[in-house]
Amino acid sequence: MITLSASQIEAIEAHGIETFPHECCGVILGEVIGQTKVVRELRRLDNVHEDGHERRYLISPDEMFQLLREERTTGVKVLGFYHSHPNHPAVPSGYDRDWASPWYTYIIVSILDGTPDNLTAWVLDDDGAEFLPDEILSTEGGA
Amino acid sequence: MAKVLLPTALQQYADGSDEFEIEGATVAIVLAQLAEQFPTLKKHLFSDSGELRHYVNVYKGAEDTRNLEGLETAVTADDELSIVPSIAGGVSAPVKPVSTLPPPIGIIDAGRVSETTLTNEEIKRYSRHLVLPEVNIEGQKKLRAAKVLCIGTGGLGSPIALYLAAAGVGTIGLVEFDVVDVTNLQRQIIHGTKDVGRPKVVSATETLHDINPHVEVIAYEEPFTSENAFQIATGYDLIVDGTDNFATRYLTNDVCVLLGIPNVYGSIFRFEGQVSVFWGKHGPCYRCLYPEPPPPGMVPSCAEGGVLGVLPGIVGCLQTNEAIKLILGVGNPLIGRLLLFNALKMQFRELRLKKDPKCPICGENPTITELIDYEEFCGIRGEEAPAETMDNTEEITVKQLKARMDAGETLTVIDVREPYEWEIGRIPGARLIPLGQIEARSNELDPNTEIILQCRSGKRSADALNRLKAKGFTNLKNVVGGILAWSEEIDPSVPQY
Repeated sequence: MITLSASQIEAIEAHGIETFPHECCGVILGEVIGQTKVVRELRRLDNVHEDGHERRYLISPDEMFQLLREERTTGVKVLGFYHSHPNHPAVPSGYDRDWASPWYTYIIVSILDGTPDNLTAWVLDDDGAEFLPDEILSTEGGA
Repeated sequence: MAKVLLPTALQQYADGSDEFEIEGATVAIVLAQLAEQFPTLKKHLFSDSGELRHYVNVYKGAEDTRNLEGLETAVTADDELSIVPSIAGGVSAPVKPVSTLPPPIGIIDAGRVSETTLTNEEIKRYSRHLVLPEVNIEGQKKLRAAKVLCIGTGGLGSPIALYLAAAGVGTIGLVEFDVVDVTNLQRQIIHGTKDVGRPKVVSATETLHDINPHVEVIAYEEPFTSENAFQIATGYDLIVDGTDNFATRYLTNDVCVLLGIPNVYGSIFRFEGQVSVFWGKHGPCYRCLYPEPPPPGMVPSCAEGGVLGVLPGIVGCLQTNEAIKLILGVGNPLIGRLLLFNALKMQFRELRLKKDPKCPICGENPTITELIDYEEFCGIRGEEAPAETMDNTEEITVKQLKARMDAGETLTVIDVREPYEWEIGRIPGARLIPLGQIEARSNELDPNTEIILQCRSGKRSADALNRLKAKGFTNLKNVVGGILAWSEEIDPSVPQY
């Protein structure tokens, strides 16, 4: 389960609208209370979106390495990632799954012709074979 | 013992711990031990076939081990290994949307097509083209009417000219001044063993006529230079660049921009190739991509760097494909796109190229309006340039070298080639210091004794001489003609390559 306030959802959607027709992406930071990921911060990342790149990282290994360092010093955890699917439903692609890591929550927002459609959250199953829907707990306040 | 740091994502599979102390000489051994301890973690680190999973990156300190020796990277007790998940995703694998590909452009106008006829023999010959709706009789007439200039009949020029002729391109110009050498035959398939020693244009023309007698071949047995370039190139519809050096490549580019015709570019090095269509009118040119040539000696030639024989075949065919598409006016030309090919990885990648508005020749305010001195621009004067411009007192011939050796002198001869070249053959008593290390290892040399520098042909050793001179060495000599001359004049048992 992951918490998201209305303004956090709006922030993700706004990012997707800005980068449309390209994808946007960002990292979700916060803390884990029991089984619930509590989102404290959404941080925008520059999506690598140049032709000729063999794969599209939402986040490069080097960026991730820095984030994990930060995690160790501040205690604020990387909870997952969000990205947009321009003109495509908010369901994970095979490509998403192949490159996903367990535990993290993946939030996908569908942007159809520049307007936000669905926003969904996913987490890999224990075998790492399939994405299962992650429940979004709506909260008020905080962004 | 090395420290291993696990990300939150994987801690659940390792009893919730985030840090481990593990013994092991390499990354592979450390990871194997960790996986042994936690079978569930193993599943998330390695695929069923035992390979590291896509998203798993291993860092040693702050360095991605992919940039070191991968799983074989050595690990010491003081090292800290971090397992870093990399996160990728998106709608699909990164493929450029079709809509952004450049539209078809044709270069043969209808008037020329209507003036062209095909004989019954030609119609039969091209029947596999004629049944393609994208070609048919109209397209075949365009090919018949087309005039294509091919610069070079070497590794790239061979497949280019062969397929252009086979396809029925009516006029093919060949510019080539060289003669066939036995070392060419590993890749220059337009020439045969019987042609060794013959001018390449003569051999190539014969082969083309054999393949297709309907093609008019115009042979220019001369180098392509600023002086003759316009005279040769004017009247051709496009140029296919099969050159092997920067000076001619810039010349070819500039001629095409100034004439307004496309330049189908290809280049090869060792196992890698590049292809693009440079056309100032419709997109970027070679200068937009590479405004300046690399310093002379930076990029070795095929002779020095080596080339996989089949590579120019592949790259030359890709160029020919683009040339034929431009003639037919079909498909999406490789304009504004640079195709990179790696033969070892068997990977094609595509880079988007932008036209540079400040490009000195195809930009908004061009400063180059006529052909320049390209050898000067590229900082060279022909293959043996550095040796020729050198002070004679800094040269030694192989005969002089041998005579001094025979007289019992103790000489310091430094071979600046690469180790694999050294394996092929060497001058007795020479020491190997590859060119790239010569400055860093100059402390191994005594500035008070004479140092004799040698390479394959005398070019890199001349470069080494200048570098050592800059380091303050004064008593230096360059072996004229390098080990090739040694093989030619002193010891034929040393193989030439």
